[in-house]
Amino acid sequence: MTGMRRKIVLRVVSKLLIPFILLFGLYVQWHGDFGPGGGFQAGVIFAAGFVLYGLIFGLGTLREALPSWLTRVVLVLGVLLYAGVGVVTMLMGGNFLGYNVLGATPQGGQHIGIVLIEFGVGMTVFAAVMTIFCAFAGRAAADVNPVDDIGGDNG
Amino acid sequence: MVDLSFPGLLNYWFVFLLMLIGLYIVIAHENLIKKIVGLNVFQVSVFVFYISVAKVKGGTAPILADGIEVYSNPLPHVLILTAIVVGLAMTALGLALVVRVQESFGIIEDDELRALEDQQEDEGNNA
Amino acid sequence: MNLEILSSDLLNVAMLAFMGVTGVAIARIRNLFAVVMLSGIYSLLGATLYVILDAVDVAFTEAAVGAGASTVLMIGTLALTSDREKAMPNSNAWKGLIVCALVGAALVYGSLDMPLFGDPMAPAQQHVAPRYLNDSMAEIGLPNAVTSVLASYRGYDTMGEVFVIFTAACGVICLIGRTRRRPAKKSGGDK
Repeated sequence: MTGMRRKIVLRVVSKLLIPFILLFGLYVQWHGDFGPGGGFQAGVIFAAGFVLYGLIFGLGTLREALPSWLTRVVLVLGVLLYAGVGVVTMLMGGNFLGYNVLGATPQGGQHIGIVLIEFGVGMTVFAAVMTIFCAFAGRAAADVNPVDDIGGDNG
Repeated sequence: MVDLSFPGLLNYWFVFLLMLIGLYIVIAHENLIKKIVGLNVFQVSVFVFYISVAKVKGGTAPILADGIEVYSNPLPHVLILTAIVVGLAMTALGLALVVRVQESFGIIEDDELRALEDQQEDEGNNA
Repeated sequence: MNLEILSSDLLNVAMLAFMGVTGVAIARIRNLFAVVMLSGIYSLLGATLYVILDAVDVAFTEAAVGAGASTVLMIGTLALTSDREKAMPNSNAWKGLIVCALVGAALVYGSLDMPLFGDPMAPAQQHVAPRYLNDSMAEIGLPNAVTSVLASYRGYDTMGEVFVIFTAACGVICLIGRTRRRPAKKSGGDK
């Protein structure tokens, strides 16, 4: 993983690509109601941008941009957002996850509910993929260089 | 009406073949990573089976638009969409277990692990 | 129109054949790095097949997850273990082949009274699917029926799936989440 840091082509091309990958992830997240896409795909694509960054620039640099407490908080928040929408619909007098009561019209309510829970799904999937990747990469870094803190040099 | 004679059941039989390749890898191979790859092969074949059940001949993707009459069935698509991501999570959990096995015993071949376990049991009985 | 249907059916069978060839290669090759790469190709072929079978959302997910994320994880595991598989004993091959023959015969026997591929009158197309396709525009108001079913009609299902992913991530943290500070001991270490 450390060897890739010296490859100039990879560094430049990945720096150019990563913003577009993240933008595409957001597009898939918010456009999933109208075309192919949704929270599951968006979460993985968004995570792929960060995974690419981690592969090229090392886990330490990735951890500076995305600390482990942050991914864990996002992991929990996504699940809570999903279940929370269900609880809110119950408090507003509807069924669990019955979105009709969320908006002025049933269709408007459905739209709000779907956008919210898709966002929850996207957050959880993104954080889960990042958590899993960092766990594996952290083990590998510890194996290669057990004395150093997980590959956290400045390249 | 559209002609259903081709591929007919043949399509399902091809999928069964993929399924059996995955099953064979899981049963016959001893390497734990290979077993997980085999499970993935098996898993994708089950996905393909679901998606081919959902297909309607002459239909299009279930994104509603004017002027289109026949759509494929969206329900299996939903089931498989979520199953793919859950499959990734389960693969990751399996691979994490493999990493732990490697760290504890230094091998990831199932038969050698079993032999090691028997040996340790024997030592325990003798002591 | 008929030519269109025929060509998509031919493509369908061709993709399945490609997947079969890749699967056999995965079973035979002992270099695990090649095996992992081939499993990525297998997933990508699967994604192409889903597009042919009208499941665009599924194809999207499979291409991102199967060919992307799980390949990265498997290569990460190879870096921590070894990329050579030891030869398996011959008896295993026979055991596997016998089990597969039995299971395959049972599957083919079970498939004989299934509706033909693509039958619009098949039971799978009758029950709730017409409701989703005809009424979801009025009830939910979204063009993508897959999203409507995923998030609204079957929202409770999807919540369960999200909990499964959450639990799996927690499991991975428990198993290998903590970085070891001491040098790795290869055998008998973590006991």
